[in-house]
Amino acid sequence: MKFAIQINASPYRSNAGYTAYQFINAALAAGHQVFRVFFYQDGIYHAFKYATPPDDELQFTAQWSELARLHQIDLVVCISAAQRRGLLCSDEAKRQGKQDNDLAEGFRISGLGQLVEATLEADRFIVFG
Amino acid sequence: MKRYLFVLRKPPHSGAQVQEMLDIILTTAAFDQHVSILLLDDGVFQLKNGQNPESAGMKDTAAIFKALEIYDVNDIYVEVESLQERGLKPGGLCLPVQEFYRKDIAGLMKRFDVVFAG
Repeated sequence: MKFAIQINASPYRSNAGYTAYQFINAALAAGHQVFRVFFYQDGIYHAFKYATPPDDELQFTAQWSELARLHQIDLVVCISAAQRRGLLCSDEAKRQGKQDNDLAEGFRISGLGQLVEATLEADRFIVFG
Repeated sequence: MKRYLFVLRKPPHSGAQVQEMLDIILTTAAFDQHVSILLLDDGVFQLKNGQNPESAGMKDTAAIFKALEIYDVNDIYVEVESLQERGLKPGGLCLPVQEFYRKDIAGLMKRFDVVFAG
């Protein structure tokens, strides 16, 4: 089965993002596909590359980057949600006359059309948070 | 084409949530999909008449609901019990709505391909 996932909650406000991460690993292990993970609302906080939690805590952003690298999963961060919250990739920062480069490895920034496309392509769409 | 039901349960003016859900609703409608909205729990306050959010420096999100018609979003469902529990009546809302009893909500959801929790 082909899944599309949306994550709306920040990593330190709730477990929703981590639950999604575990769900995706379980789905992949069972032979399912994950078409796209869309980070929206406070979910975009998963994509900040300079998040530096203590060593003895879960490394959420690094885990997502690793998941994308291992399974070629498309991790998309909504551009409008990201800009509202100060997450800019270097291209976008330049366009806005700002200096910034916050986006972690394996994530890309795009628009809501990518979310609608994911819901159209997938057999199942699940929102976390 | 798929049939989408957006289930809104949060009151208006509770952070960016409403605005960001409306952005998804408008984008989905702009993709020529069949879009309907179900207001549950405090979500029924979204359409309450007589909101004056500008006086508190906030956006008039009810006005965005009124613009949905332009995008062919005409089906707005409301749970009867959610209205009653909050002392609201359909006449006190700024758009015409279709009422469903709580016992019939599951059946309503079955009519859609994607039930979008918001």
